[in-house]
Amino acid sequence: MSEYSFGNPEIIEEEVDILIIGGGMAACGAAFEVKRWVDKAREQGIDLKVRLVDKAAMDRSGAVAQGLSAINTYMGENDPADYVRYVRGDLMGITREDLVYDVGRHVDDSVHNFEKWGLPIWKQPGDEGKTLVEGGKCVRSGKWQIMINGESYKWVVAEAAKKAIGTENIVEHVFIVRLETDKNDPNRVAGAAGFSVRDNTLHVYKFKCCLLAAGGAVNVFRPRSVGEGMGRAWYPVWNAGSTYSMAAECGAELTLMENRFVPARFKDGYGPVGAWFLLFKAKSMNAFGENYQEKNYETLKDHGYDAYAMGMKMGTCLRNHLMMQELKNGRGPIFIDTPTAMANLAQNMTPEEIKHLEAEAWEDFLDMTIAQCGVWAGENIEPDKQMSEIMPTEPYLLGSHAGCAGIWVSGPEDIPGMPDHYHWGYNRMTTIKGLFTAGDGVGASGHKFSSGSHAEGRIAAKALVKFAIDNKNWKPEMARSVDEITSEIYAPVKTFLEHKDYTTAIDVNPHYITPKMFQARLQKIMDEYVAGVSTLYQTNRTMLEVAERKLEMLREDSLKMRAKDLHELLRAWENYHRLITAFAHMKHIQFREETRYPGYYYRADYMKIDDENWKCFTNSTFNRHTGEWKLRKVPYVQLIRKTDDEPEAMARPPTQVS
Amino acid sequence: MPTYVRTDKCDGCEDQDKAACMYICPHDLMLLDKDGSKTGHAMKAFNQEPEQCWECYACVKICPQQAIECRHYADVVPLGASVQPLRGTDSILWTIKFRNGIMKRFKFPIRTTPEGSADPYGGEHEADMDELADHSTLFTKGTHDCDMSQFLES
Ligand SMILES: Cc1cc2nc3c(=O)[nH]c(=O)nc-3n(C[C@H](O)[C@H](O)[C@H](O)COP(=O)(O)OP(=O)(O)OC[C@H]3O[C@@H](n4cnc5c(N)ncnc54)[C@H](O)[C@@H]3O)c2cc1C
Ligand code: SF4
Ligand code: SF4
Repeated sequence: MSEYSFGNPEIIEEEVDILIIGGGMAACGAAFEVKRWVDKAREQGIDLKVRLVDKAAMDRSGAVAQGLSAINTYMGENDPADYVRYVRGDLMGITREDLVYDVGRHVDDSVHNFEKWGLPIWKQPGDEGKTLVEGGKCVRSGKWQIMINGESYKWVVAEAAKKAIGTENIVEHVFIVRLETDKNDPNRVAGAAGFSVRDNTLHVYKFKCCLLAAGGAVNVFRPRSVGEGMGRAWYPVWNAGSTYSMAAECGAELTLMENRFVPARFKDGYGPVGAWFLLFKAKSMNAFGENYQEKNYETLKDHGYDAYAMGMKMGTCLRNHLMMQELKNGRGPIFIDTPTAMANLAQNMTPEEIKHLEAEAWEDFLDMTIAQCGVWAGENIEPDKQMSEIMPTEPYLLGSHAGCAGIWVSGPEDIPGMPDHYHWGYNRMTTIKGLFTAGDGVGASGHKFSSGSHAEGRIAAKALVKFAIDNKNWKPEMARSVDEITSEIYAPVKTFLEHKDYTTAIDVNPHYITPKMFQARLQKIMDEYVAGVSTLYQTNRTMLEVAERKLEMLREDSLKMRAKDLHELLRAWENYHRLITAFAHMKHIQFREETRYPGYYYRADYMKIDDENWKCFTNSTFNRHTGEWKLRKVPYVQLIRKTDDEPEAMARPPTQVS
Repeated sequence: MPTYVRTDKCDGCEDQDKAACMYICPHDLMLLDKDGSKTGHAMKAFNQEPEQCWECYACVKICPQQAIECRHYADVVPLGASVQPLRGTDSILWTIKFRNGIMKRFKFPIRTTPEGSADPYGGEHEADMDELADHSTLFTKGTHDCDMSQFLES
């Protein structure tokens, strides 16, 4: 037996220059980019130490664990300014156009690298074997999306990242719990701490700067399936809001945390609909075979939502809104007509080509949502013979898909027209000195997806190197002692060991709450009061007041979470991160007195889109010592010219913020 | 469809330095029961929290003994179907069995280069320290052409 045991961990302290938290797409991009600049710095006599810490194994960690069937952001023949227009359209007009543009101008280079490393990218007939760089024409499923054979997408991207920084600089299976501020400057980050889920070790890192890229948040809301299928959320169950909660607790300003993503997906398996709608041209209908989108178009006018649509061209949330009208009025289920779509495509095809088409339809799911194939096989659904149901899921919080919750960051200063409040420091640095983020972490700039998150990690990495060099003589000192940090992180273990023999049933004990029940309580509150599925995504001021009271008590009870082993300690801290993320979401919904994202959620007491008062960012800061949230409006500034292809609302003046 | 481990196939990865499934699961679900105290099956792995399984198949694909399979979520999917992969170095073979017995097989490429051969910087030039503060370029300089007239202030 070693002298270290459960509850008495070995403490491993390390000082590095740059710490990367997370091993997903953004972190892999950062690892890839950072090494090139670190090598150059060394030639100039500056030695920079880099570490990457991931809670899982990089080959399969993050949202791309099972692979993807498309890269959703690739400019190719398009101009990045048009990409900005598409993003601001989808996100109802309020977007950090500088950040989106910055991703747009760099993203293709990441995709070209993926292909070089071995990711198979579909090509047009005749161009097989020709890379994108050599002029090979890709297969687009939409203006921005390209099709891939992506089962090993993450594996390939991680392989390059690992080789770049070297496995000796990567620590896997360590969950980071907390960022620590600097002893002398509360607005500066100096360290991070977490624990291994494999052995009894606690890891404390001191650093000059860090990239926090631990993905978005899932299971904050009660999922539709609460039995064995509870793990089948659309978004990967393991991203627990660590990015938002650690940033908030460190004092970083968050933005647009009211924005959420409610994807409409194949029911139960949560298979994506993108390729079906865009590539296979499938149509959806209500229980009576009606095209509910056209039928419900008029309802957009009730609250001024139509101003953000161009005919039937509209953002993701508005399309959801049209679907929700049917569900509310008892005209569900919603079907996606896969047989007709496949029959139409097969019309002029040879039997060989039809076989290929069927394989493509299955591959779309086998490459990224295998569970959907399980649902089809179990229910005897052959997509060319039988329709499937689609359904809006429970809400998720993320910043890189069709949502834009996240952290408020400084942008690149070389973009024409940049206002001062978009730029106060290094690119992708938060309002906390030395704390950077990318991917799902960056707020107000959605639609980066896998490739854009990778590119953004690279953008941040370059800025991190600059920061580390500019601060090379600065010594990090943390505000709290290692002892304090250790006892905080291991508190759930102590609680368990102290009280476990009080009762005969290990899970029912007045002195503690299991992480599982803690999560169930959080999900119940969020679902019933903060616009979850059970109220059909509606809430109001009073419901939010009730939610706030209940969440506050849950925060108090977080101190009583128990952990009977390292696995449960992981669940305890994941759920704590979910709680803080949920709190931010609730406070932002409370603050924004309008319905900016109909189809994602409704403020039933403020159903309109109110551009006069709310065409602005909403930013929050959290004081973890007092538990107080502060919210403020921040002006939106348009940088890219509006074209005639954009809805009229884009030309409306933004809210004046004094 | 949470994963399950077949007692007749799992050998606890005894020839390797760690249990592959345990290493790869992004959600810390797979656990090797060394002494059999948790499952009654010593030196075999199991899914310790089936209702947290994303069915990402990372463990299924990596298991050297093909000992891991999925039984579709009991609260959602009727019994009897299976979806099983066999992942090679350059392609993956899927066998899908429907509840009613229909079988489908698909094979897809997974990568175009040998495993382990990705060369992050192969053929690329080095970074140029003078460009460290320049936002318009990354070290590979594969920057997109930008139409700057699209900016309001251009
Ligand atoms: C179901 C689904 C389908 C998608 N489909 C597509 C698609 O077809 N095309 C496309 O381009 N994009 C797609 N995306 C989007 C894409 O996957 C994301 O945009 C991208 O992965 C975000 O990158 P990230 O680095 O921010 O987060 P992730 O890639 O999710 O990485 C998060 C990382 O943080 C680690 N982590 C989390 N918490 C901690 C902690 N506390 N301590 C240490 N490490 C931690 C995780 O292990 C992981 O390594 C899809 C996403 C989902 C969920
Ligand atoms: S299930 Fe497979 S990977 Fe896991 S321990 Fe057994 S043989 Fe190894
Ligand atoms: S399928 Fe994925 S989530 Fe489930 S046990 Fe295997 S690796 Fe873990």
